[in-house]
Amino acid sequence: MNQDASNFVQGVDTAFVVILGICLFFLIGITVVMIYFVVKYHKKRHPKPVDVKDNLTLEITWTVIPTLLVLVMFWYGWLGYEPMRKVPEGALTIKATGQMWAWIFEYENGKVSDNLVVPIGKPVKLNLSSPDVLHSLYIPAFRIKEDVVPGLNNYMWFRSDKLGEYDILCAEYCGVRHSYMLSKVIVKPVDEYLEWYNAPADTTKKALPVGLQVLQRNGCVTCHSTDGSKIVGPSFKGLFGNTSLVVNESGDKIKMTVDETYIRRSIYEPNTDLVDGYNKGLMVSYKDRVNEEEIKEIVKYLKTLK
Amino acid sequence: MIEQEEKQKPLNFFQDSGGKKGILAWITSTDHKRIGLLYLYSLSVFFLVGVTLGLLMRLELINPGKDIVEAQTYNGFFTLHGVIMIFLFVIPGIPAVFGNIAMPLMLGARDVAFPKLNLLSWYLYIFGAALALSTLLVGKGAPDTGWTFYAPYSIKTGTNVTMAVFAAFILGFSSILTGLNFLTTIHRMRCEGMTWFRMPLFAWALYATSWIQLLATPVIGITLLMIAAERTLGVGLFDPTLGGDPILYQHLFWIYSHPAVYIMILPGMGVISEILPVFARRRIFGYTAIVYSSLAIAFIGYFVWGHHMFTSGMSGPARIIFSILTFLVAIPSAIKVFNWLATLYKGSIDLKPPMLFALGFIFLFLIGGLTGLVSGALATTVHLHDTYFVVGHFHYVMFGGTGFAFFAAIHYWFPKIYGRMYDIKAATRNFWIIFGGFNVLYFPMLWAGMMGMPRRYYDYLPEFHIPNIISTLGSWIVAFGIIMMIITLVKGFRNGKPVGKNPWNALTLEWQADSPPITENFEELPVVTEGPYEYKS
Repeated sequence: MNQDASNFVQGVDTAFVVILGICLFFLIGITVVMIYFVVKYHKKRHPKPVDVKDNLTLEITWTVIPTLLVLVMFWYGWLGYEPMRKVPEGALTIKATGQMWAWIFEYENGKVSDNLVVPIGKPVKLNLSSPDVLHSLYIPAFRIKEDVVPGLNNYMWFRSDKLGEYDILCAEYCGVRHSYMLSKVIVKPVDEYLEWYNAPADTTKKALPVGLQVLQRNGCVTCHSTDGSKIVGPSFKGLFGNTSLVVNESGDKIKMTVDETYIRRSIYEPNTDLVDGYNKGLMVSYKDRVNEEEIKEIVKYLKTLK
Repeated sequence: MIEQEEKQKPLNFFQDSGGKKGILAWITSTDHKRIGLLYLYSLSVFFLVGVTLGLLMRLELINPGKDIVEAQTYNGFFTLHGVIMIFLFVIPGIPAVFGNIAMPLMLGARDVAFPKLNLLSWYLYIFGAALALSTLLVGKGAPDTGWTFYAPYSIKTGTNVTMAVFAAFILGFSSILTGLNFLTTIHRMRCEGMTWFRMPLFAWALYATSWIQLLATPVIGITLLMIAAERTLGVGLFDPTLGGDPILYQHLFWIYSHPAVYIMILPGMGVISEILPVFARRRIFGYTAIVYSSLAIAFIGYFVWGHHMFTSGMSGPARIIFSILTFLVAIPSAIKVFNWLATLYKGSIDLKPPMLFALGFIFLFLIGGLTGLVSGALATTVHLHDTYFVVGHFHYVMFGGTGFAFFAAIHYWFPKIYGRMYDIKAATRNFWIIFGGFNVLYFPMLWAGMMGMPRRYYDYLPEFHIPNIISTLGSWIVAFGIIMMIITLVKGFRNGKPVGKNPWNALTLEWQADSPPITENFEELPVVTEGPYEYKS
């Protein structure tokens, strides 16, 4: 067992053991008594039923004892949970964005990553944000999960004491690619982490065109493929210069050539001139996340995708 | 036979078509028994549609990756499976069918208080159901939001959400009217001598249920209308890009939908409280405790909705309060289980099919309830929330609980309704197939959830493969058992052995009526002088 995967594992697993223990005791106890009664008082062996009067003492007993036991369960549940909402001072703060359908982690120095890279033994606070619908950041190995709610500043924190890679899943249904909204926590030794953290953003993906980096950083490629396959939105491959059938604001279908103006409008106002056959409202505006400079890079990259 | 010599025996409700012909004699009838059967048949059809969708989902999940359908189709499947099972089967289920057929008989009444309203409820039910199913066929495809219609996804998706939401709204009205009808019936129509505490426990359970139906259902109606308004008119209520609050939606939704869980389970508990004393040949243990626990469940059930939102971003103190209240609502259920257990003590137990289903209910409901405690504690729920553990948990409660109670009820009242008996041996075998298959189907879900598999997952990581294979195998066993059960019951209906008034030797009043009962239920209304379970040893 990865007892050190996060600082919460022990508290949560203790609660599991206590609560499951009490539950199993009752499940087995009641089932055994039930089977015993059914066998012993089966009509073959016990043809004459005996009238048994109601018993107030018994009723009180089996009201009070379970009440005490559930309070014990509540107590252990609270113990394991209590530290989860108390972020220690000086925690490393990372902005975690869940969007359809990717996780994006933004560090204090502006570094952006699609994996959550953290140093071992240091508290990490995640500020959760979503530009579109509900998501839920779930790290099973760490026993933590918190919903990512658009318009709400929700948060979570953890400290991992064990090197390794752990799955990040989305636990709140968010649409067609919900089950593919995956990422990893990578726990590194402090020095390796600092090396990664301070490395310029480009070195990891040096070979990639800047435009593609922008697309990847903003999660665009989770819906728009670069190889012509259809995911959720139209593929980027062969898009630029192509003629698309779009639905304009008055609901008419018109033909439109995909040029720089159209690309910009689609990024900033995705619901105007929507390509026919795609749903309104699925994409949000990237106005405050992608600047003019980056749009030029995107266009430059799209031109190469024939 | 002697009875044939009697003059002018009144017609039973099958023979008395009220002067109308064919289907009209059914769909314009205001006889509570005929309406109950209308519900039974329509509900069974929807149940089978829901089962089919469930089977398809299990088939898709047998391996990671795509097996039979695309993700979008799968998302439509689980949404419709939920909508159909919850709004068309589990919520109306026992009250609409057995509440209608048996409750007036048990009270010694000739019908419900408002027979025409009763028929209207059925029409609303059918209309709502037709609307819900038609989302499959028209517009941009089945809704893909899950039965909870969480905002803002439900606002953004291009699928047929508005129509599905409207369907749920109409079904809500059907539920409210049935609740109102039953409340009035129980208050005003009990026969002479039937004081409140001589009333059968099934009627008590329906009484508690009806109050929830009446008081909680309007909230969901309003909430669903708000979604429709937001989608069609762009009013900013739940979508933050329009200035709304998605958490508000969750609060409003669960303020109804959690009490609704008790609408689903309380009538089932009532059925079990009827069946146990009959087949243990003993007075029910702790009648008063069971009555008060039903009322307590109905009451506390209003205050625990927040446990659906433990990880939603709700404030810390709210999480703690909802957790503790959730634990408290478990107590009245525990009291019921202990009293049922004590009813078996020193009885003379006859394991006829209704009794088997009732005992199966106790075991499965126990697992459902106890896994509920694991999901109610704060530390553990953070890990389990929105995983397959929760899916397993509520199937143990809703199917293992309400579903098994429904099966118990049909096996119990079948001879009363049709005047014939099904093949007891076949029904016993069917029970074991369904019961065994059930655990193969749902226990692995608890396991997958403990490992961390989120729910509403079209595809999953390879480490979740084994529980998913086992679960899919289980789904085939359950489906086979259900088909066998239907065959046995249909055979019994066609050429089962005719039975007299009281094949189980039960003491509640419906067993004093003919099988099938006459249109007016009783030639002479009964008079009650003691409690309903005074079995003399």
